[in-house]
Amino acid sequence: MLIALVLLPFCMGVVMLLWGRAALCRLGLPAVAVAHTALACATACRVAQGETISALNDMLAPDALGALFLLLASLLFLAVSVYAVSYLREEERIGEHTNILDHGHFTNAPERRFTACLCFFLASMSLVTITPHMGVQWVGIEATTLSSAPLIYFHRHKNSLEATWKYLIICSVGIALALLGNILLSVAFYRSDGVTETMGMDQVGWFVRHAAQGEPTWLKAAFVFLLAGYGAKMGLAPLHNWLPDAHSQAPSLVSALLSGALLNCAMLGMLRGHQIMLAAGLGGLSGSMLMFFGLFSLATAAIFIVGQGHYKRMLAYSSVEHMGILALGIGTGGLAVFGAMLHAVCHSLIKCMLFLLSGNILARYHTYSSYDVRGMRWTMPFTGALWTAGFLAVAGSPPFGVFVSELLIFKGMLAADAVGWAIAYLVLLAVIFVGLSVAVLRMVQGNRPIDMPKTPREPLLSVLPPLVLGMVVLLLGLWIPDSLKHFLFCAAALIGG
Amino acid sequence: MLLQTCLFLLVLSNFCMLGTPRIRRMTGMTAIQGLLLTVLLCIFGHVMLAVAVLLIKGLLLPGLLWRTLKRLPAQALVCPRKVVPLDVLAGMGGLAFSFWLDGRLVMAHGLFPPMLLPLGLATLFCGLILIVGRIKAITQVIGYLVAENGIFLLGMPLMTTGTAWFELALLLDVFVAVFVMGIAINHISDSFASIDVARFRSLRD
Repeated sequence: MLIALVLLPFCMGVVMLLWGRAALCRLGLPAVAVAHTALACATACRVAQGETISALNDMLAPDALGALFLLLASLLFLAVSVYAVSYLREEERIGEHTNILDHGHFTNAPERRFTACLCFFLASMSLVTITPHMGVQWVGIEATTLSSAPLIYFHRHKNSLEATWKYLIICSVGIALALLGNILLSVAFYRSDGVTETMGMDQVGWFVRHAAQGEPTWLKAAFVFLLAGYGAKMGLAPLHNWLPDAHSQAPSLVSALLSGALLNCAMLGMLRGHQIMLAAGLGGLSGSMLMFFGLFSLATAAIFIVGQGHYKRMLAYSSVEHMGILALGIGTGGLAVFGAMLHAVCHSLIKCMLFLLSGNILARYHTYSSYDVRGMRWTMPFTGALWTAGFLAVAGSPPFGVFVSELLIFKGMLAADAVGWAIAYLVLLAVIFVGLSVAVLRMVQGNRPIDMPKTPREPLLSVLPPLVLGMVVLLLGLWIPDSLKHFLFCAAALIGG
Repeated sequence: MLLQTCLFLLVLSNFCMLGTPRIRRMTGMTAIQGLLLTVLLCIFGHVMLAVAVLLIKGLLLPGLLWRTLKRLPAQALVCPRKVVPLDVLAGMGGLAFSFWLDGRLVMAHGLFPPMLLPLGLATLFCGLILIVGRIKAITQVIGYLVAENGIFLLGMPLMTTGTAWFELALLLDVFVAVFVMGIAINHISDSFASIDVARFRSLRD
């Protein structure tokens, strides 16, 4: 089952790349997604029940934390694959496109290459989440960069190329630094009697069990490099520069996966380091660093969200904000870690929803500017309503799940006597709420633009996935099933919750 | 002695890269670094891995870079001369810092042979300087390769026969990364009529 989680999307990607016809590939995506989601659900259920599952001599052996992120990536891929059917059909119909920023003409990359890269992307994310081997995880995270770069450059114009290049260089160099972190981790546990050879494939488990034997100086150095390396990929400020560019230039369904699933995978790499630091009794240092960079990311996001005219960049900065909230919650420890796990779930779902909706808006209005989008409630009522609901959810309004998770993190900070941090957190959340609401309400309200043709019906497949995602986040705000609560507790317990 | 000679040549190749504005020469130096890493792996007793490194870092990666260079116009293959002295100075600073750090770190006995840690770190710094200091897309790829060589060197004493598969996976990843970057550079050259990353200014806030 675990091998299939990686091999199924990988093999389908190879088949699509070599022999796939565009229409068949398009329909193949949901098929892969359904099968993968079934496997991911089965894996998550078994892990949540406390069962130990492994394959390839423990090279694949997910714990609760990994299984949670696997499930999220899989569910998001399912939503995106359904959305992709109508999106790609429309892209094929249009043929030659016009770049919104410089009005130049461009064509898309071949569709089968796009769908194949989506499958490779899913395979690499699956590998990242289910392996306890930090080296394999590193290879998987680098593979996510390489498989997603062609996805960002699907629309072949200058701006997407610029975004792709920045993404490739910043993330590759960042991940190279994370590799140095992995090496320093091994140095910290090196013994001249050759004890490192008995480590086996479950490196994380081994490091946690033998954490007391680790040399603190090298452990601290290792965590710094893991934080810098994976933090760059995760979009933590000040290494977030690639994120707004890539998210704004990628097709919306790719932005949805980047923001909802990929950032979690990068965060998982960093959390493994934090897990080891906690076991070594150095959780205070790693927690403080996470809190600092978390709050710094929140502040950076607040600065750029206020007055942001580009609605896709606004969503990207919102991702920086939420990664900051996650880091802040995890760094705080205790109850806040459970809140952070719930937040990871809610943020992934709601950001995927919002990016998919931004694709609908872009297709209708042909502009990135929130100043030029008016009267969405008349021109696209379903998307407009969902966009408003999505904004309320992502900004942390009740009764959505994000409100509950942000409140739990706040309570966790108060319980940890981090009152100053808690006040700064609230102030920044308020600033971001105002910044988001100005842009979103401007887009939804107002009259329909005079030159806009009469509203065509919104395709069902373009509103159904966002609707389902939004409903789940609403439900999580009202009621968290016991099984999910238990699962989140298990995941949080691994990182100090 | 052979180990120290190889490390010395590696640092020399770093400064040759920092000291030249010519991208063809820098590409040649990456091939030399691949050869030096091969010899170093043989010294550590990892002969099979050394063969893989020779193939990938010594031949395939420089080959990919040469292939990319061939498609670029001649004027794209020279960096501005004014940044060269600054890069060399920064490289010397990186080397001095590496030696200073090496003197302060407490290490497990027998893990790193003399000079390997500071020179590995210096190679990493050299790569980062090339990425930040030069404005051509191709020099950023070369810088990435050099930084990765430095990290690879630092990981060398920890390699065992049981971890060879991981090193191969890592090499494959780097190979695919350079392949993808090479394709991107060709697209950049076609779209922007230059591989100058300073022209990337359209996506600012």
